[in-house]
Amino acid sequence: MQYAVLCYNEETVVEAWSKDENDRVMRDLAAVEKKYAEKGRLGPVARLMPTTAATTVRKSAGDSFVVDGPFAETKEQFLGFFIVEADTLEEAIAFAQELAVANPGAGAYEIRPLRLFKPGGGPN
Amino acid sequence: MSELAWIDLALTAARPQAMGALLRYFRDLDLAEEAFQEACLRALKNWPDKGPPRDPAAWLILVGRNSGIDRVRKRAREQPLPPEEMLSDLGDAEDDLAERLDGAHYRDDILRLLFVCCHPDLPATQQIALALRIVSGLSVRQIARAFLVSEAAMEQRITRAKARVAAAGIPFEAPDAAARAERLSVVAQMIYLVFNEGYSAGTAEAADAPFATEAIRLARLLLKLFPAEPEIMGLAALLLIQHSRLAARFDADGQIVLLDDQDRALWDRDLIAEALVLIDKAMRHRAPGPFQVQAAIAALHARAAAPAETDWAGIERLYRTLERLQPSPVVTLNRAVAVWKLEGAEAALALVEPLGERLSGYFHFHGLRGGLLKELGRREAAREAFDRAVALARTPAEAAHIRQHLDGLQRERVASRS
Repeated sequence: MQYAVLCYNEETVVEAWSKDENDRVMRDLAAVEKKYAEKGRLGPVARLMPTTAATTVRKSAGDSFVVDGPFAETKEQFLGFFIVEADTLEEAIAFAQELAVANPGAGAYEIRPLRLFKPGGGPN
Repeated sequence: MSELAWIDLALTAARPQAMGALLRYFRDLDLAEEAFQEACLRALKNWPDKGPPRDPAAWLILVGRNSGIDRVRKRAREQPLPPEEMLSDLGDAEDDLAERLDGAHYRDDILRLLFVCCHPDLPATQQIALALRIVSGLSVRQIARAFLVSEAAMEQRITRAKARVAAAGIPFEAPDAAARAERLSVVAQMIYLVFNEGYSAGTAEAADAPFATEAIRLARLLLKLFPAEPEIMGLAALLLIQHSRLAARFDADGQIVLLDDQDRALWDRDLIAEALVLIDKAMRHRAPGPFQVQAAIAALHARAAAPAETDWAGIERLYRTLERLQPSPVVTLNRAVAVWKLEGAEAALALVEPLGERLSGYFHFHGLRGGLLKELGRREAAREAFDRAVALARTPAEAAHIRQHLDGLQRERVASRS
């Protein structure tokens, strides 16, 4: 089974990280990724730009319309995701817990099983 | 990350919103600050045991409000002052859920907090110091170090600025659309001043000071509050691109490296990419403004893999737009650089000469004029212009750059004699 592990955190807190803190978190996360990649269990990983860079296309009955900013104003924002292959939910939870150790503090990892996955042949 | 480090980050992140709300309650900067400090102390005591609250800003507002009310009551006992006169909006003091992030107030609260730092009576340095203290929450010591002044002097400067803000009266009514737009524009200018304080000094120390990172944080904050404002997108993009060059702007000796000579591999591509997205978003609004145009100019430099690949025609057009939006001899001078690249020194000099009266005290005017005269073979006039530039240089690096030109002229002269 493939799972998406979705990262949520308060963006203003992440933006207050110093460059050193940022680099350390990225390095520690990369170590977890490497472990799973070597087992052939890791799919695409993405870190998103701040929500200020987001644009939302809202669907409506007639035309869709374009709004600046993220889809929802929430206290914690969707900041990135991992795709991981796991045999059981427990394995997926263990992966998210390893991420939480690498990137402690507030925020959450939401584990969502994939229903459909098209890896695409596009940019890497 | 240790627990204390995490709490510290949460407090920093929650500060603008919490301070903004406390300022609305207490209508007094000092009282709001004391209340916030008290709330932070209690957070440091409580959060490690009980875990972080679901909404740190709301927690800090509630606790700060209660401790501020205590303080006012104590003061009222000491001095015969009716507390009601010092407080406002206490009708909802019981409602501890009033301050959710989606509360209708918080956008105007943060804008007000930023806006009181921009009082027109305050000189630029005081506006910057006040914003770093009140909104960013830097310590007086950190701010003093950034400005290269003593802590006592900075303390005095901030106290004086606060007194002036208090005397002028803080605008507490919720602004209408026009007043809000006006505040937004004033605040955007102030954020640019904060950035520029570190950027334009042209020294590695100033660039390394927290001015740039704090200004970017404030610009992003403002953009989160006003996500559809193209000028705020432009401001954020401009700051991001200028900051992306930080690692390339100074050599090992701390001397400034000019744009053409910078190692572009050292530019921070993440910051540039984010800025380009913001410019794309802003363009869709078709409401150009000075920050957007300056960001677009910076973007054309950022997009060029090498100086020779710079889109000077695009830059010339954008400076023309900027001249229309915000006429200034400095903008025309910048356009002249693009004209030089496009049409040659003769055309550029024709644009530069009429600026002489207004820019006679401006280093870059004489530097550029000298370069143009030199290319046109008018060596004596070039030497005079470079001499004036050296006299007006603000940093040793600027002077050294012009001296290279003077040395070049000298060598040409010797060569032409032999």
